[in-house]
Amino acid sequence: MTERPTPTPAPVPEDRTYAVGELTRVEGEGSLHLVVRGGEIVEARLGIFEAPRYFEALVVDRTPDEVIDIVARICGICPVAYQMSAVHAFEDLFGVAIDPSVRALRRLLYCGEWIESHALHIWLLHAPDFLGYPSAIAMAADHRERVEAALRAKKAGNDLLRLLGGRPIHPVSVRVGGWSRAPRRSELLALRPALADGLAIAQETTRFVASLPMPAFAREPRLVSLRHPDEYPFNHGRIVSSDGIDIPMADWRSIFEEHQVEGSNALHARTLDGKGAYLLGPAARVTLTGGTLHPLAREALDQSGFAELIRTNIYASIVARGVELIHAYAEALDLIDAYVPPSVPLAAWEPRAGVAAWATEAPRGLLFHRYVVDDRGRIREAQIVPPTSQNQAAIEADLVVAAREVLALPHAEATHRLEQMIRSYDPCISCATHFLDLTIDRA
Amino acid sequence: MASSAAPARPRVGVVKMASCDGCQLTILDLEERLLDVTERFEILDFPEASSARSAGPFDVLFIEGSISDPHQAERIVELRARTRYLVTIGACATAGGIQALRNWGDHAAFRDAVYARPEWVASLDRSLPVADLVPVDAELRGCPIDPDQLLELLAALATGRRPQLRDESVCQECKRRGAVCVAVAKGVPCLGQVTQGGCGAICPRYGRGCYGCFGPREGANVDGLLRHLTADLGHDPAEAGRLLAGFTAWAQPFRSAIDATGGAPEGSRRSLPMAPEAARRAAQEGAR
Ligand code: SF4
Ligand code: SF4
Repeated sequence: MTERPTPTPAPVPEDRTYAVGELTRVEGEGSLHLVVRGGEIVEARLGIFEAPRYFEALVVDRTPDEVIDIVARICGICPVAYQMSAVHAFEDLFGVAIDPSVRALRRLLYCGEWIESHALHIWLLHAPDFLGYPSAIAMAADHRERVEAALRAKKAGNDLLRLLGGRPIHPVSVRVGGWSRAPRRSELLALRPALADGLAIAQETTRFVASLPMPAFAREPRLVSLRHPDEYPFNHGRIVSSDGIDIPMADWRSIFEEHQVEGSNALHARTLDGKGAYLLGPAARVTLTGGTLHPLAREALDQSGFAELIRTNIYASIVARGVELIHAYAEALDLIDAYVPPSVPLAAWEPRAGVAAWATEAPRGLLFHRYVVDDRGRIREAQIVPPTSQNQAAIEADLVVAAREVLALPHAEATHRLEQMIRSYDPCISCATHFLDLTIDRA
Repeated sequence: MASSAAPARPRVGVVKMASCDGCQLTILDLEERLLDVTERFEILDFPEASSARSAGPFDVLFIEGSISDPHQAERIVELRARTRYLVTIGACATAGGIQALRNWGDHAAFRDAVYARPEWVASLDRSLPVADLVPVDAELRGCPIDPDQLLELLAALATGRRPQLRDESVCQECKRRGAVCVAVAKGVPCLGQVTQGGCGAICPRYGRGCYGCFGPREGANVDGLLRHLTADLGHDPAEAGRLLAGFTAWAQPFRSAIDATGGAPEGSRRSLPMAPEAARRAAQEGAR
């Protein structure tokens, strides 16, 4: 079904179209389209044809706890991210003071999701590109031990999610005010050995991916992430950028906006200052807030020698993801060691009318939610801005740069390289699609 | 991907329609059992996991997601023609999913909507379960599916026997596992009595009521439950109805019960969920 062109001889082409009808090893349905005319790139497009599911409309009239369940279904890979942005938005609006252990458990839950998502991406989706296989399953024929270790490491993250939330995909325990059930200390301690094993695997993985040959690439994107003075950003911090943005997360709309683009079922996001594309995710976080990485993750980053390259070569994001994987295991272990069950697992709360807005760091980057809430606590209006739609402009800008690097390659190889580049962003196309809010305005 | 000389392994595909990818991710989440599975089956086409592609024919095809745009409606018919044993996985594929709440809306009005560029978006007026379009041979319920049920189905397929999935409600599962009944102990509204088991009674074990993600059990007495919620526990009928209006709302008898209690929540019915926002966007686009 993939329209892979057959190889053609190598002279630099004048007119050419590179097309991948359906991108594989990405989450959701997207396509790649690049048009070259007279040696110039005239069009670079990441098409998103994933069917819209209208989440922003579906949450209207729902209660905050219902919203937490519903928005999780935007993405099976990062449901916790959606739950976290929503729950913090509501608690902030309603003035709910949560127990410090509840706060710690939410970081732990996010560690579980980062582990599951990053391990999936590094090993099952991205590494096959570097090693020349169509899939991790095919890779297992020659690298069985590595793939088995990766699956074991990923399982540790899923087991953590399962303990905290009942199941790894669409966990059920996150509620406004805390947890419907907080874990016992003994249950968490039982996960320690698997997480410690995962940490060792992540360290080895990061060394390994840092040894892989990276395709040449250079573009210095504008980076955006949350930053917090004392911790690597999950649920708290301010929105900062590589060029001086520094705003409270609730003010996302003062700097950024969304707009519709033809050929895409997602709204794109851009900055209001006209500078356009910006990049979110592991490369942005490692660069903008590397000082708050866990010492073990920081050490791995320094040893990798990739701290600079991560900023300018998108293919190197696999190393940034490895560094964050180490962080997630290491912090999970620390949180488990320090855990005391919350004295108030679920705080009582009263709804209040107003605007609930919050951002957290999904595995793929900043995830912004904004809800207009009425005095019964029902949602009147919603805006959900996932990382992939924010990254889309950066992906397309990078496609132009990458295309120049690959024009001289045989067509099939060039197309493959471009696909690999797109995978470097870990695009989550299911996520990017939901904002299609079909709305009527006949004015 | 495979070239085994031994007896042919069943040739499997995994396909996505309108969904969150969580159900197919459950396949990859089989972790240490994943490689065994891939040894017993030949994975022909699984775009989320592999760039090796094939158009079939398939011995077994797993469908994730609901049918919600014209392309998917055509595609499912073509896929069915190339498949021996078609399995729907998850609430989206078996019941239309959370996105089927739009089925209560007036999509004709959506169509005429001043979305900045409505012509760029193709979408059916309804989100439908796969079985509304083509015959389905087996289904796994849940949002997402349960990994143990998936393994049982795979084991059955590999040996050609019938899958043995326990036929009980979430309520019965809860009792079997000795979980505290949240409805009795805390007065929490719970759909456990009318919901197909298979999840292991996750929500009650985590201190909440079941919200029906495995869908209605055959012959479920939904009216009885609604009477109990309203007459005995004093919930407003519309509030009781919205409990059903979740991930399997479009499945009967949930669908009729939702209608009887006044329809799905406003957001799914109303075609103007975010007028000011939409107007702002449309104006921006118009200005460009
Ligand atoms: S049933 Fe639930 S988990 Fe499965 S694809 Fe649909 S939304 Fe995702
Ligand atoms: S208890 Fe109900 S809502 Fe919860 S996982 Fe099971 S079937 Fe789904």
